[in-house]
Amino acid sequence: MKPTDIQNPEYFHKVVDCQYACPAHTPVPEYIRLIARGRYSDAYMINWESNVFPGVLGRTCDRPCEPACRRGRVDEEPVAICRLKRVAADFKDDIKDRMPEIPSQKNGKKVALIGGGPASLTVARDLAPLGYELDLYDAQRKGGGFMRSQIPSFRLPEKVLDEEVNYILEMGISAHFDQYISSLKEILEKDYDAVFVGTGAPRGRDLKKLPGREEGDANIHVGIEWLANVAFEHTKTIGEKVLVLGGGNTAMDCCRTSKRIGGKDVRVVVRSPKSDMKASPWEIEDAEHEDIPIYENHSPKEFVTKNGKLVGMNFEIVEAVYDDNGKRSLKPTGEVVFMECDDVLMAIGQENAFPWIERDIGLEFGEWDMPVVDEKTFQSTNPKVFFGGDAAFGPENIITAVAHGHQAAISIDLFLNGKNVHDRLEPGTTLFTQKMGFHEWTYDNAISDDDRFIVPLAEKTKALSDRKLEVELGFDLKQAYDEAERCLNCDIQTVFTESKCIECDACVDICPTDCINFISNGDEDDLRSRLKAPADNKTQDLYVSDDLKTGRVMVKDENVCLHCGLCSERCPTSAWDMQKFLYSVTKAGKGTKEEAELECTK
Amino acid sequence: MSYIRPNIRHPQLPVNEIGFTRADYEGALSTLCAGCGHDSISASILQSCFELSIEPHKVAKMSGIGCSSKTPAYFLGNSHGFNSVHGRMPSVATGANLANRDLVYIGVSGDGDTASIGMGQFAHVVRRNLNMVYIVMNNGCYGLTKGQDSATADRGSASKKGVPNPYSSIDLCETAIQLGAGFVARSFSGDKEQLIPLIKAAISHRGFALIDVVSPCVTFNNTAKSTKSYDHVREHVNATGTFDFVPLKEEITTQYEPGKTEEITLHDGSAIRLHKATENLDFNSPRSAMNEIEKHKEKGEILTGLLYLNPQTPDTHELLGTTNKPLNSLTEDALIPGKKVLDTINESFQ
Repeated sequence: MKPTDIQNPEYFHKVVDCQYACPAHTPVPEYIRLIARGRYSDAYMINWESNVFPGVLGRTCDRPCEPACRRGRVDEEPVAICRLKRVAADFKDDIKDRMPEIPSQKNGKKVALIGGGPASLTVARDLAPLGYELDLYDAQRKGGGFMRSQIPSFRLPEKVLDEEVNYILEMGISAHFDQYISSLKEILEKDYDAVFVGTGAPRGRDLKKLPGREEGDANIHVGIEWLANVAFEHTKTIGEKVLVLGGGNTAMDCCRTSKRIGGKDVRVVVRSPKSDMKASPWEIEDAEHEDIPIYENHSPKEFVTKNGKLVGMNFEIVEAVYDDNGKRSLKPTGEVVFMECDDVLMAIGQENAFPWIERDIGLEFGEWDMPVVDEKTFQSTNPKVFFGGDAAFGPENIITAVAHGHQAAISIDLFLNGKNVHDRLEPGTTLFTQKMGFHEWTYDNAISDDDRFIVPLAEKTKALSDRKLEVELGFDLKQAYDEAERCLNCDIQTVFTESKCIECDACVDICPTDCINFISNGDEDDLRSRLKAPADNKTQDLYVSDDLKTGRVMVKDENVCLHCGLCSERCPTSAWDMQKFLYSVTKAGKGTKEEAELECTK
Repeated sequence: MSYIRPNIRHPQLPVNEIGFTRADYEGALSTLCAGCGHDSISASILQSCFELSIEPHKVAKMSGIGCSSKTPAYFLGNSHGFNSVHGRMPSVATGANLANRDLVYIGVSGDGDTASIGMGQFAHVVRRNLNMVYIVMNNGCYGLTKGQDSATADRGSASKKGVPNPYSSIDLCETAIQLGAGFVARSFSGDKEQLIPLIKAAISHRGFALIDVVSPCVTFNNTAKSTKSYDHVREHVNATGTFDFVPLKEEITTQYEPGKTEEITLHDGSAIRLHKATENLDFNSPRSAMNEIEKHKEKGEILTGLLYLNPQTPDTHELLGTTNKPLNSLTEDALIPGKKVLDTINESFQ
């Protein structure tokens, strides 16, 4: 193999599994270390810069970081990254004075933001400090979008959401709530220089064709609409017997909410096997903790009504069959099961819908009636209109919406400065040694043996009787410290300098996870087959040095490196050094790549 | 500050025939200087015992005093160990071996512990052909007392102090061959591919097995003018050949070029298959071995690999005609055989 190019910012970025997996690339280990040091406000601000809603995400994030976490590969469970984020939010001081300054002298450019969810708010957060004048429109009475209407208060207290939405709205944004935009054309005819569409995927799927749908309509609800009605207190009760259709996170929110506002016999019914459910494992766990049973392999057959009123549903039992390609089909078994109910909540998916966007304004629509949006710039075919969040490419999650918002903000800023939106600045990186002295590093390199800590919960009976009582209590400071210490500090990189190496093997001998090898070079498969310990996780790179004095090369399998620094401790010549790698995604207002290169040559 | 070895290991560590991973053969974390060759030798001993599937409680680690003699703390943490008096490890090993012949004895010593204060003990343990592996971690200096030249430092070699050594050196391999050792080899801490099969073969050999391992002292003797520095050894090393250690159970499948490959069966039925680099060396001849060592020395080279092997030499127990069981397994019946046996003995003197 060729020597690894560690100058490429993506090489070490990939080693920081959590950060790499995060759509917004939040520097996770960096803020976890700050939490361990009790610097909660600093930890919060690192998050806020990157993901804008640390308090919200610390409770509700889909956590793509956790399945990626290296700790999960060497221990039973990953670091509780998400809940540590919440710790930063819970224990921070007043951070208002750390918010960016908003210039009183505006830059003369005006941008409309349609929808008040995480994508639009992120665009606002990035553009307001640059002097843009921003108008935000939303049909709800408060900002936050789906974070407010879809996520029940027992998971996300209103206070937390209000705080983080307000940090942005207080940046001089003109928010127009209770105002549904019914025509993009009208918006474009106003004096806006650009428009950002962050309207989400607002339409919940229905079972229109299922027999009995019309007769039972009064007690059949679309999940996301029903959740919104509960959130805004239009709906205050539900029948005792509730069937929730669907296996995603919305279904989990529907069933748990039902339990709190009158539902006694609440059941989740899914078409697929339970193992194929889309909901996050922890959300399924939370529902089961509240004694909500999940019925798998039940395909809805009909709504059963009596005297024009819903009394139950028939389900056909199916069997999941997988073909040679692993593609699943659900084969009916012929068995039909009746379940009694007072209400049905349908949480079987969401769709995008743009009835308010005219099709003759130079904005092209493609497959599935979705707008054509550039995946990097988020610009539509109408150069003035940008998309982000669920509105761009279909339903995802909050953290993805935030990542879109940052990128769209860069594009809007470039576009409104007459620059090429494709000429984007690379991420900023730094790499510097962490050695403080003999056996002394800036970070806690000792590896904790603790198992993942469990977040304490409110008492069940109490939680089930109050829709607004937050179920999770969050870590206390002792637990937070101990959980933070489980982090392996994967951003503290093992950096190897060939010219200093005397090939004494000290690093090979000390490495607790047998990552390091000095062998003759070969192609990747060949090298992997000859390493000291099995190296079959190909998603993790091999770090290969240039030729050493003996003609061999150093090959390090990044897979299960604990970043404990012992290789560097045992290295007599400092050929190994532990260096902190910080990777920051470029924000709006930094200009283009070309300009940056020009600056460098000056 | 933390210099603590994590408890986490590679999740897919290979398991040997008796169900242990390499981690089960580890010892405490080394306190030697960073980059010390001794640590590589420790790792090689550990790897050899793992590969041979030796139960850790069947090993006794014996040592004297010095940097080298500290190392038994850093490998085989579940084995027996005796850190004895300076230069007196052979006596303690002899005693232990006579008491319990069923253990694998791994003696670890240094150039000072062997070639200076322990020279007399070394000479006699070789003569007695005690069944043990005797590893010399040879760095040519007294590292523990700040790097004075040792008795194995080559004439003219200079350590960190910069003064060339005026004395001629003791070659422990030649000494051992002269004194009748059955297994003599030299190796280099920086070449595990050679060292590990050598240690495995030495453990399988019955009788005294010496491996003199050049092990650079990074702190005091890794200088440009030292003949025991990493660079010097790498530039001047010349191996007698490579070899495979073939455990008893393994079937021989690979075909080798005739003439250059020689197979030697050890006492326990396992075999060493040598791929000789030089056809001049006859491994069964002490004279040939001495000749080759000296010839390379004249050229300024260090000859490594297996130098001499005679699997048929009788070991101490055989020479003394001792009981074939460990003493701790002898019961009262065997120890006090009764009047009848006594009478027979008395009769034999009449």
